[in-house]
Amino acid sequence: MGKLICNQDKVNQSNIDELVKVCPFGAIEYKEGKIEVNAGCKMCKICVKKGPAGVMEFVETETVKIDKSLWKGIGVYVDHVEGEIHPVTMELIGKARELAAVVNFQVYCVFIGHNIKDKAEELLHYGVDEVHVYDYEELKDFRIEPYTAAFEDFVNKVKPSSLLVGATTVGRSLAPRLAARFRTGLTADCTILEMKENTDLVQIRPAFGGNIMAQIICPNTRPQLATVRYKIMNAPERQSEPKGKITVCELDKSKLTSNIEVLEVTKKEVEENISDAEVIIAVGRALKSEKDMAMIGELAGLLDAQIAGTRPLVESGWIDAKKQIGLSGRTVKPKLIIALGISGAVQFTAGMNSSDRIFAINSDENASIFNVAHYGIVGDMYEIVPKLIEDIKNAK
Amino acid sequence: MDILVCIKQVPGTSKVEVDPVTGVLKRDGVDSKMNPYDLYALETALKMREQQGGVIKVISMGPPQANDVIREAYMMGADEGALVTDRKFAGADVLATSYTISQGVRQMGKFDLILCGKQTTDGDTAQVGPEMAEYLGIPHIANVLKIIEIKANSVIIEMDMPNTIEVAEVKFPCLLTVEKDIFQPRLPSYRKKIATKDREIKMITLNDFEDKDEKKYGLNGSPTQVERIFPPSVNNDRETWTGNSEQLSSKMATKLKELKFV
Repeated sequence: MGKLICNQDKVNQSNIDELVKVCPFGAIEYKEGKIEVNAGCKMCKICVKKGPAGVMEFVETETVKIDKSLWKGIGVYVDHVEGEIHPVTMELIGKARELAAVVNFQVYCVFIGHNIKDKAEELLHYGVDEVHVYDYEELKDFRIEPYTAAFEDFVNKVKPSSLLVGATTVGRSLAPRLAARFRTGLTADCTILEMKENTDLVQIRPAFGGNIMAQIICPNTRPQLATVRYKIMNAPERQSEPKGKITVCELDKSKLTSNIEVLEVTKKEVEENISDAEVIIAVGRALKSEKDMAMIGELAGLLDAQIAGTRPLVESGWIDAKKQIGLSGRTVKPKLIIALGISGAVQFTAGMNSSDRIFAINSDENASIFNVAHYGIVGDMYEIVPKLIEDIKNAK
Repeated sequence: MDILVCIKQVPGTSKVEVDPVTGVLKRDGVDSKMNPYDLYALETALKMREQQGGVIKVISMGPPQANDVIREAYMMGADEGALVTDRKFAGADVLATSYTISQGVRQMGKFDLILCGKQTTDGDTAQVGPEMAEYLGIPHIANVLKIIEIKANSVIIEMDMPNTIEVAEVKFPCLLTVEKDIFQPRLPSYRKKIATKDREIKMITLNDFEDKDEKKYGLNGSPTQVERIFPPSVNNDRETWTGNSEQLSSKMATKLKELKFV
């Protein structure tokens, strides 16, 4: 904690320009013979580090340090709808266990809902030490006031050092509310989490549309809160023997009131959208006939993938127009894309070249798809795919 | 009804890079615009006023040049606007920002409804709306897809939940964050631009707040600290495999397994 000050006596005609320009936010102004920092300042301190020497200075101010040893354990919020646990929860339990191991912490779950006591058993198969259950009729639907109250009660009782919450629509609504209540930090959509020896949680997230990664810590408040999206962390394997215990918690009735009334709940129709797909099999012109889609379908089934394709396949009616990748179709960014028999025109690659892993099979070794593929496989898809299907089946 | 819409000025582009040598953030140009998601919140307020009458105020926080987005809101039809601005707010993270705006909101009168966009395009956290609601002591609903009915003391909305769509009624006062596409935002009007060019924009600084404790604002009021920023690792390794189809398929299956796709 601290503040920026400007040593005006070190400002001169030769360094004013340099100083004003060094701020990426345009927050340093030269006005009436004085350097001023305006409200655009983000406290990045670049002006101190990279500006003219000695002009800008960051002065630390004394803060009262909290006693971190009073906060122990890692809590995981159990994301669910009517007791059906969202799989992001298991992934967070897996991560919480890794983090807890560094500092010898326990892993807790906080499960808020109605008629969920028996559902809590399931969590004990994933290595949780204790599940705190808040089970009241008023908690049947997610409503912000009583859910925050139950979560708050858990934090006050257990004093967890860190809390992990799934970045679902519920988690992204609940976690900020709790963070504000405890006046603590919250980092959204973390992709990497690490634990320091001093129990500070290192939170890394993409910023500025993914162009930059930011490493964030919360050094002087507890609990530390982070949200993590689904499918970022790995779920541990389910153990056949449950371990740990379930604690049913009481909450004062007055905390269960809400100004919100849920009138109607409709299950979402699951519409496949290739833009959200994590794994995609994309097919191109090398596909000879529509019946060969069966082979593609089998491979897609094994990899839990959606099928997409290039424009010629849409035009021949073999795939739906919504499944077209490219400038005139959708842009996709899956974790894995396998391009089969696609030459790789810019039209197509512009819609998929930021995918995490790109495999391409093409019989033409000069095909431009190999310029974007991480793994370029020179060969005939009609020979490779059926064997690949067998190999994957054997590997499972 | 009285509606407050929270708006933010964001960079015109998300194209920023970290200089690999100096570690300095490079921004292309200084173009800025209203956070696109806020346009939906503002349009929602305008549609509600058409139906119910009332006043729409907008609030923003940022450097003095963030006045531009309030002018833009005037051009779309907002009645009044204020900018919360002070050097002492510099370096605010989500918590300090939410608290600062909530203090600013208290200087703007009473509201039935506060509307926010679902998130900003620069911070991307979607956290400021809910945290503000906490500091204002009112309920909030995030990810609102539709306004179904406005009643005298409540509003019925449709919201997006992980596996369900839910219809809920929430009493005033409350805060809603609205999804993109709730309504199609109108374009700023030239006539309104002329008509509102002299309209005042209220400036709210720390001195105007009820809570003037400097420790709660800016860097000092921010529990999170950015330890470092760095460019994301990009997978630029490319390899080409050749061989007979048995070799290729088994190599591929092995790789897919190694990468945990099997």
